[in-house]
Amino acid sequence: MDFLNFLQQLINGLSLGSVYALIAIGYTMVYGIIKLINFAHGDIYMVGAFIGFYSVTLLKLSFIPTLILAMAGSAVLGVIIEKVAYKPLRNSPRITLLITAIGISLLLENGFRFIFGPNPKPFPEVLPAKIIYLGPIRIGLIQIIMFTVSMVLVLALQFIVYKTKVGKAMRAASFDTETAQLMGINTNNTISFTFALGSALAGAAGVLVGIAYPRIDPYMGIMPGLKAFVAAVLGGIGVIPGALAGGLMMGTLETFTKAYISTKLSDAIAFSILIIVLIIRPAGLLGKKTNEKV
Amino acid sequence: MGGIKKGLNKKSIITALILILVYIILYYMIKTRVINPYKSQILIIIGINIILAASLNLILGFTGQLTLGHAGFMSIGGYTAAMMTLKFHLPFAAALLAGGLFAALISYLFGLPILRLKGDYLAISTLGFGEIIRVIIVNLDFIGGPRGLAGIPKKTTFTWVYVITVLTVIIIYNLIKSTYGRAMISVREDEIASEAMGINTTKYKIIAFVIGGFFAGIAGGLYAHLIMFLDPKTFGFLKSMDILIYVVFGGMGSISGSILSASILTYLPEVLRSFSDLRMIIYSILIIVLMLFRPEGLMGSKELSLNTFRKLSNTGSLKRGGKK
Amino acid sequence: MTLLKVDNITINFGGLTAVSQFSMNIGENDLYGLIGPNGAGKTTIFNMLTGVYTPTLGKIEFSGEDITGIKPYNITQKSIARTFQNIRLFKNLTVIDNVKISFNYKSKYSLFDCILKLPSYNKEEEEMEKEAMKILKVFKLDDKANEFAKNLPYGEQRRLEIARALATKPKLLLLDEPAAGMNPQETNELMHLIKWIRDEFKIAILLIEHDMKLVMGICEKIVVLDYGKIIAVGNPTEIKNNPKVIKAYLGEEV
Repeated sequence: MDFLNFLQQLINGLSLGSVYALIAIGYTMVYGIIKLINFAHGDIYMVGAFIGFYSVTLLKLSFIPTLILAMAGSAVLGVIIEKVAYKPLRNSPRITLLITAIGISLLLENGFRFIFGPNPKPFPEVLPAKIIYLGPIRIGLIQIIMFTVSMVLVLALQFIVYKTKVGKAMRAASFDTETAQLMGINTNNTISFTFALGSALAGAAGVLVGIAYPRIDPYMGIMPGLKAFVAAVLGGIGVIPGALAGGLMMGTLETFTKAYISTKLSDAIAFSILIIVLIIRPAGLLGKKTNEKV
Repeated sequence: MGGIKKGLNKKSIITALILILVYIILYYMIKTRVINPYKSQILIIIGINIILAASLNLILGFTGQLTLGHAGFMSIGGYTAAMMTLKFHLPFAAALLAGGLFAALISYLFGLPILRLKGDYLAISTLGFGEIIRVIIVNLDFIGGPRGLAGIPKKTTFTWVYVITVLTVIIIYNLIKSTYGRAMISVREDEIASEAMGINTTKYKIIAFVIGGFFAGIAGGLYAHLIMFLDPKTFGFLKSMDILIYVVFGGMGSISGSILSASILTYLPEVLRSFSDLRMIIYSILIIVLMLFRPEGLMGSKELSLNTFRKLSNTGSLKRGGKK
Repeated sequence: MTLLKVDNITINFGGLTAVSQFSMNIGENDLYGLIGPNGAGKTTIFNMLTGVYTPTLGKIEFSGEDITGIKPYNITQKSIARTFQNIRLFKNLTVIDNVKISFNYKSKYSLFDCILKLPSYNKEEEEMEKEAMKILKVFKLDDKANEFAKNLPYGEQRRLEIARALATKPKLLLLDEPAAGMNPQETNELMHLIKWIRDEFKIAILLIEHDMKLVMGICEKIVVLDYGKIIAVGNPTEIKNNPKVIKAYLGEEV
């Protein structure tokens, strides 16, 4: 195996993985707090990309304002979805919630297709497409930015979760929602905040991907969403650092699969990994086993 | 309610007569082109969708296992049946059966490890499985690969579909009413209590999964020999979502609900052709609204039966539907 | 003859010892009680006896067979049945179907039999119906046989839980707080019912209860648990006057 090629793929993988990590963290945060796989999460990533697209093309914003606008817009969307569709069903059977999430996902995909058309749109150049060369290894400036922005956001998230009052409330509610409520925590607001944060990260991922692989379309969220979910499970659903690790792993795995095995099989391999991990270690690599009370 | 009905009793005979009558009427309407070929194709597709909905309902509605890869088994059955007729020139019934059995086998192999998972994890695994199937098919050139499988002989007729649909519904219905069905429902209702009453819950989940997969495979075979062409892209999770919508809309736990919803939701888009763009949007809003306000769908977990019609005509109001 | 032999079972949940060194012997026709303050570990013991949890240490023997850690449905098939602290009926099944579930593991007909409605299927279904109705009559639920379990009033739901467990034809019946939420009259009826079940079906019963009147009224021997450990064993009179027990309950009326 060519070591330099390996390094190249590693770099590609990490930058792709940082995007998966951003999406995965949102999945894992929401699952941690209300035990729901938010099927619509991948589509929020798509919405972020679209907001970014129109920020650049219509509003002529530069990179950072675009990023902020997309994150804000995605956060708002996430909170709206939670309040309208998930909150009323908090005491319903899990299947009802899951199916609702699927409905929201389909609505976003088809709604955006209806409004903006199914054809992919080319993302205009927002960041210079510079390439840095370390010997024969190419690192795109955009890749560096993707990775850096992702890490910054993750660090910011860690700060919020572990060093702020809201973050404490999030952790408490994740652990035991009822007790958290008894302790005076406004769980409704905490849950909304969690959705806002997770969606903002997904939106950011959407913008970053839109800039890096400049094509966006209404269905772009499906595959990355699923892969990010695999990442979240790999790292232990509900464990934020796990989602980060899982995302980076998925990115590198996918890149290596495409480089050394086959592009066509990369999706199947991602899912196979998911299934194998779930069978062998259902709590994920870093997760905790929980028992249902009998 | 009386005791246990024996094989041939009044209700069964009436039902059988009605089914035969409906068949004869529809058959002649098709023969004499009162129902034109386009509409008769829709009828056939309705039948196929009923089989898909009923088979998914068995797994989801009655046994409570959310599986999002049902279309995968449809494609396995379709491709298998098509290869049987194309390459081995098997008679249609044998080809269909082969498709169903192979789909059932894959359901079994996959279900064995996977059905130990619960809720969300099971859902996502089955979703992944459906995708894995799709990728595998695309990569198998001898069955057409990404270009699909063409030249499948047109063997699916109204008669075939009608008979198979009726058989499917009867089989699933009899299953539900038996001790197997009760066990499955108990798994859905409360798995821990079910185990405590001596039921090997994994075994029943697998039984439901395999039987559901079998009929999905049969539906796939019927589909393949109707459209005469199989495109692997047709059987992705969007198709699985379609089938899920039928089940949810009709009522998880109601076979008659599945029959109704599959019929309505297949027919409606044809009638509202102009709204085809909006179809998926309407469906997705429908799902959300249903889950928020009427999660039990059209029929809930109740069944339409002759009792219902009798009550309707007697009292003029619909009370709780009678159980057979 | 000793039916159930529990030998020093202990269970740890990641650092927390919920139950430690619990032992108990129950004979074929005994009616025993397991009491203790909330959180003492009583339901945890039930869960170990029924395979929901596997003890970290110790052994459980039933009818001479080691059943430690085997799956719950296997334990039921070996003739131990239980009810739950929080009612776990099959809400959307009818009352009679709830009972019929318990016949499932003994059912002999195959998939083909039921799909084709062969005579063997019809015959067995008829027998199940008869058996189920017999049991429902005992519990005075026969007139509600076709009602959905979720529509029953609370007291009848509790009775149905017991009926359902009894329908599995156990040799040992574990009742987890059967009188929870019942008024004194219902509790009194339940007391007689439990005693009658033991006498009529010749089974052993172990019950967890907080209602002291019921426990003292029918249990022949009582084991008292506190913080996962046994603090007293004896007949009702001995337990009533045991200072450790009184202390553990802190003034609980007996």
